[in-house]
This record gives sequence, C-alpha cells and structure tokens, in this order.
Amino acid sequence: MRRSPADFVKMAGLSAFLGACVLMAFPRISSAADAGGIVVYNAQHASLTQAWAEAFTRESGISVTLRQGSDMEIAHQIVQEGTASPADVFVTENSPGMTLVDAAGLFAPVDAATLALIPENYRPANGHWVGIAARTTVFAYNKNKLKAEQLPKSMLDLADPSWKGRWAASPSGADFQAIVSALLDLKGEATTAAWLKAMKTNFVAYRGNGTVMKAINAGEIEGGIIYHYYYFGDQAKTGENSGNVALHYFRNEDPGAFLSLSGAGVLASSKNQAQAQAFVKWVAGKGGQQVLRDGDSFEYAVGVGAASHAKLEPLAKLQAPKVTVQNLNSKKVTDLMTAAGLM
Amino acid sequence: MARRHGGPAYAPVFGAAVVVSLLALLPLGFVVAMALETGWETAMALVFRPRVGELLINTVLLLGCTIPAAAILAIALAWLTERTDLPGARIWAWLAVAPLAVPAFIHSYAWVTMAPGLHGLAGGVLVSLLAYFPFLYLPVASQLRRLDPALENAAASLGYGPWRIATRVVLPQLRIAICGGSLLIGLHLLAEYGLFAMIRFDTFTTAIVDQFQSTYNGTAANMLGGVLVVCCFVVLGLEAAIRGSERYARVGSGAAGLPKKFRLQRSLLPCLLIPVLTVVLALGVPFVTLVRWLVAGGADVWRVAAIGTAFGHTLALALAGALLTTLVAMPMAWLSVRAPGRLQRALEVCHYYVGSLPGVVVALALVTITVTVARPLYQTVATVLLAYVLLFLPRALVGLRASIAQAPVELERAAMALGRSPLQAVWQITMRLAAPGAAAGMALVGLGITTELTATLLLAPNGTHTLATEFWSFTSEIDYAAAAPYAVTMVLLSLPMTLLLYLHSQRMAGR
Repeated sequence: MRRSPADFVKMAGLSAFLGACVLMAFPRISSAADAGGIVVYNAQHASLTQAWAEAFTRESGISVTLRQGSDMEIAHQIVQEGTASPADVFVTENSPGMTLVDAAGLFAPVDAATLALIPENYRPANGHWVGIAARTTVFAYNKNKLKAEQLPKSMLDLADPSWKGRWAASPSGADFQAIVSALLDLKGEATTAAWLKAMKTNFVAYRGNGTVMKAINAGEIEGGIIYHYYYFGDQAKTGENSGNVALHYFRNEDPGAFLSLSGAGVLASSKNQAQAQAFVKWVAGKGGQQVLRDGDSFEYAVGVGAASHAKLEPLAKLQAPKVTVQNLNSKKVTDLMTAAGLM
Repeated sequence: MARRHGGPAYAPVFGAAVVVSLLALLPLGFVVAMALETGWETAMALVFRPRVGELLINTVLLLGCTIPAAAILAIALAWLTERTDLPGARIWAWLAVAPLAVPAFIHSYAWVTMAPGLHGLAGGVLVSLLAYFPFLYLPVASQLRRLDPALENAAASLGYGPWRIATRVVLPQLRIAICGGSLLIGLHLLAEYGLFAMIRFDTFTTAIVDQFQSTYNGTAANMLGGVLVVCCFVVLGLEAAIRGSERYARVGSGAAGLPKKFRLQRSLLPCLLIPVLTVVLALGVPFVTLVRWLVAGGADVWRVAAIGTAFGHTLALALAGALLTTLVAMPMAWLSVRAPGRLQRALEVCHYYVGSLPGVVVALALVTITVTVARPLYQTVATVLLAYVLLFLPRALVGLRASIAQAPVELERAAMALGRSPLQAVWQITMRLAAPGAAAGMALVGLGITTELTATLLLAPNGTHTLATEFWSFTSEIDYAAAAPYAVTMVLLSLPMTLLLYLHSQRMAGR
C-alpha cells in the first residue's frame, strides 16, 4: 500500500489549513491565565458578570476570562475537575450550587475584609463564600385573569385543589429548586414532600422561568412561581412577554417570599489566590454593588448599606423568611422532586 | 477474497473506518460504564418506570408523525420545483432549503409567540416538520431531477397513466433519497432539544437535559441515554430494511434526456399555495420574531467587537469541524458503497448512532474521559472538534454516500490498471468525483456546528464565545433584544451554506 508523496502533501496541507483556521481564531484564549489574569466559572447572567469583570479589570488591571454555564452544571463540573480545576472563582445565580462545591471542600475561605462587606444573613457561617446579589420569589400573574383578592396568601395555598391547572413553574431549573430548598429548610421534609405531591397534580410544567412568564402574559395560565427580575428585565427590553403581567409578593416570611442568594467564592486550587480574592471583594464592595443599582440586571444589591435599583420593591419590604443559607441543599431537593414525579 | 470486498484498497480503508468506529463508541461505552457502576438492578429500575414509558410514547409518536409528513411535503415540493412549470421554481427550490439556517430555538420561540396555546405532540410535530423537512427535500429534489425519463416514457408507452407512473416508476427510484433524508430527520429528532425548549413537549432528550441541569452526570440521565441508543438502533434497522441494496449508478452510452415539465395550467394556484405556505410558516414566522427583536433593540445592541469575536470563533470551529468530520466520514462512506456486508453494516451503525445522542451525553462522556485520563486535552479545541465529529458524522455520511454511489467502480479499476495504487485510485478518482457530495456534507455539518450549544459550552477552551453561546446567554436572561444580532449573524452565516446545498443538489442532477 504505497502512498504517493502527493497524497501526503495534500493531507498535510489540509491539516495545516485546519490548524491554521483554529489558531487564527483563538489567539487570546490562554493569555488571560498567563498574564496573572483569572478564570471565572460563571452561572450568573453573562451580562451582569461581564459588567463586573470589565469594571474590575479597568480598576485593577487584572484580566478576567468568563466561562458560562448554569448553576448545578458548573458546580458539578468543578467537583469533577477537583483540585486541578482551571477555575479561580465560581459565581452562581442561587446558593445551592455554592453549597455543593463547599461540601466537596474545594473553596478557600473568603478574606475577612470581604466578609465584612456583606451582612451576616447573606453569607454562610463558615465564610467560604459570600452572597453578592439576590432575587426574590414572586407569584407572577395575568392582570386580566386574576384580581388582587383572588391571589394566594401563601405559596403553600397553591397546593389547594382550587388551584388545579391554574399555575405554572419550571421545575427543572436551579431557580425553582432553590425555592424548594428554602421550603425544605423552613417547613421540613414532610410538608415539602406533601406540597410537591400536590404541586404535581395542580401545576403546569414549563421549561424556564421566562417561558412561564410568557405563558402567563399570553393568558395560557393564570399565574406562576418565578423570580422577580424576569418581569423587570422584559419590561426594560422588548416588553413583549410581560405587558399583561403583574407581580404578587407573598411577604410575611412566607416560603414564597424566599430571597435567593447569588454567591461568589474562590477555589482553593486557584494559583491566583490574591487576584481571585480581589475580584470577589470588588464585586461584594461598593463598585460591584453599584453595578446592580445602575445596570439592568434588576437583581437586589446585598452589600452593607448598598442600594438596589430604584424600580424594585425595596428589599426591607419583602419580609423574606429567615433561612439558614448553608442548609439549602440541592441533592435532597432533586430526590424529593424525583419522588414526586416532577423530574 | 479482497477483491470481493471492494478491491485492494479495502484493508487500509477498513482499518480507518474501524478507528473512527471505536472513537464513536466512546459515548456508548461511557453510558454502559455508568450502568455497570450503579449496578444492574438500579439501572433497570431507572429504565423501567412509568416516566420512561411516557417519554418513549412521545418520542415514537414524534418520529412516526413527523417523518411521513416531512416526506409528503418534501416530495410535493420537489415535484413542483423540478417537474412542473411552477413560476419561480429555482427560487422556491432554494427557499425550501433555507429553513436549515434558522436556529431551532428561534423556531420554538416564534411559534409560541404566534400561537401561545401550541404544545404537546401537535406543537412538537409542527415545529419539527418546518425545521427539518429540507433534509428530505434536498435528496428527493436532486434525485427527481436526474431520473432518466426514458423509464417513465417506456411505462407510458405500455399504457400506464400518470398516477401509476408516479407510484410504480418514480417513487421506487426515490427510495434511497427518501430513506437517507428520513434517517437524518429521525436521528436529529431523537437528539433535538432547542425546538421543544418553549413547547411543552417531553422526549428522551428533553428529559435528559432537564436531569443534566440539576444532577449533571446523574445515572438517571445516562440510563435515558441508553434507551435513546436502543431507539436509534431501531431507526437504523428500519432504514436499512426499507433502503434495500439496489445499484443506482448509471452506466451506458449517452446522457439521460430531459424530463418533460408538467404543465400545471388551472391547478397552478392551488399548487402555488404549497410552497407559499411552507415558506410563510418555516421562514416567515421566525423572520417576524427576529425583526421584532431587532426593532426593540435598535442600534445599541450591535456591539460590533463582541459580535465579531463570536463570529470568528464560530466560523473557525464550523470550518475546522466540517472539514474534519467529512474527512473522518470518508472511509465509511466508501465502504458502504463499495463493500457492503455484515461487518461494514456494524461499523456503519457505530458511525450513525452517535448522531441520535443529545450533545450533552457526548459532551459529558468527553469531559469525564479527558478530566480523568487525558487531562492535557481537557477544554481544548481538539476535544470540541472531536465532539462535533461524533455529533455530526451522519450528516457528512449521507451526502458522501450518495455521491460515491454515483461514481462507477469501473473508473477506480481503470485507474489501477493504468498504474495508480489502490488508495490513489480511491482518493484521486472516486473522492474527486465525490467532491460535490463532500462539500454538501461539509455544509450540513457546518450548519449543525454553527448552532451547536451544549458541547461547545462544556468542552471549549475558556474564553470561547460562539454565536450560539452568546445567543443562549442573552436569551436565558430573556434579553431577546440583545440576543437578536447573534441570531441574525447565525442566520447570515448559515444562508451561504444552504445556498451551497441547493447548488449541490442541482449539480448532482448534472444540469
């Protein structure tokens, strides 16, 4: 089986072309880490973390490379990567992802100076990560279909047979699972299992909170459990999925008034500890929290004395329930939800 | 002995196909390893439960309804554009391929916006049909165009009416084209997620992705993946049974005549309605959504630098991935034409089944393998490209196989008789003749890579931004205005590839 030199030349040419077009497009991919920059595994909204990263880089000169994914996916990926993870910092939308990585012992303690920037109730007692933003659970509803007096008083009311087929949620997402983890922490396993069972009968499943709100807006369903910012975000952008939507805050420390924390932590395996700690400190500090106030993420600022976006219902008025943030557990929640036939 | 199996080039080509098959078996090996690790009983408990039954019914109904509907639509459109005096036939022919340029999520979003009540099987079948019928239209139109009308004339002279000619003479000759297209649609539907993202319709793949989002590498997701592989084997078996093994290369003197165009006359208007309606539903509906997003975003959302970076990354990955996938598919494509047999069939199944797996199953297998045993390859371009190769092998194979089938084996033999080595003969004669098919395969793979999301997210090097990942980022924070430029760029990047596919289908016909 002799091959002529011409064949080899052709194959080599093809391979060279292949390699060249890849290399041309990815000139800067590994440079961030080389120059003392950091890699952030980001499950928060890309735009928000991008805004944080750009401002941080301007002030500190430390470059930031983002890797985008979703909460539990990246949390598990970091656990799988173990101590050789390329990540320096992990940022989530909800806290159960942080708890998962912390349980694997992969976080370095956050600097004391950073911890001081965030109130105690917005970070775990062990100080392995901090809350950097928050979103509140709401009952979004169609204004033309429901009147104020018809709204549920508590999220637990949605288990009532009178709500059968009338409300929606996105059970596969980390957002809803964080809400269930709060319910579990506040009311215990028996109540949670019973509520999930009733939910299976009563609710209509959609994929994604944005899809839930879209269905509410279109009048396909009367209401749904989502986070507040979907409404404000859509209003600020196209507005095409929220014109008929209003938000109902449960308050009264109801499980449905759960405030979910977005977290940031430094990986113990990071070779850029100082830069990684500086990034988390910057986000938790004045500059990072101002991005929340002035930008269009519509998430709550949680820093000591930090103000949130003016359009939002004030944080103090939400009367969120007091959960023990490090207890918000993802594994138990998915087990209960699987048992209830929701997944 | 060797001659019977496709000549002296058989051994090296066969060896190459075996290597590719082994690579393609990695994800299946991973699923099996997961099952063994959890233990047989737990695995069985996860497979035999009511939820899996529901998903199985949904998936089977989806394929069972979509594929015949797509075949009927594709045959009708192909007949109208190739065999009648339909005005603007060339434009309609290209427009029938263009839906491939629309990302799946946009189909889904556009339809839920247009008809909020759309859900379940009906919704699933509708969007699947509109998104995937071009996979059938392409081969059917191309085949219809190059059929030798002599056969039809002979049938007519024997007293067959037009209807009997269509069903007894034309349709059987379209069989290989219909089978190939149906197979491609079937494999894609098994692996489809984006189309059903906003429509309340659950298949194995949507359930796997849901599981993945909360439990990552969970056993439940992997066992669902196992069932999906079994479904795929059934689809492949059906296709093989229906395809048969006739020869389709035409030898003989002279060229095939031009078929007579059917004059539509009074049925013109109702016939025109078919392409018009198809284009409105498959292109118009997504187009309206895109325009609305663009208007809402105005000029602010065109952050040219960021879009340019994403465009560059996407283009590079698509080019490299398409080239690599096509090269890798060549040995198998050649074997399936020149040396069909039981062993070849087994290897071919290895090549095809990965196409039915959702990106997440393939990507997770590669993440685990690279993290644990091939760390230097973790999060490199090489691993992403390998994932693309596995995911899109069937796309490359279908185009190549059809082209090679048209290259007469006699030319290879003549080249060898004139002193070429067997591999030279294959590479310089057959592969050169099959180049248009390779280009079409590349375009199909490129289209797939342009909108691929999961494997890119999980495997690409840090700092990779493709049009699809950026579009996904913005849509997941429901900033559709900012997502719109990425969607438009994806469509613009994809349109030339659909044009290439269209031109190729014309060339295949030799006219």
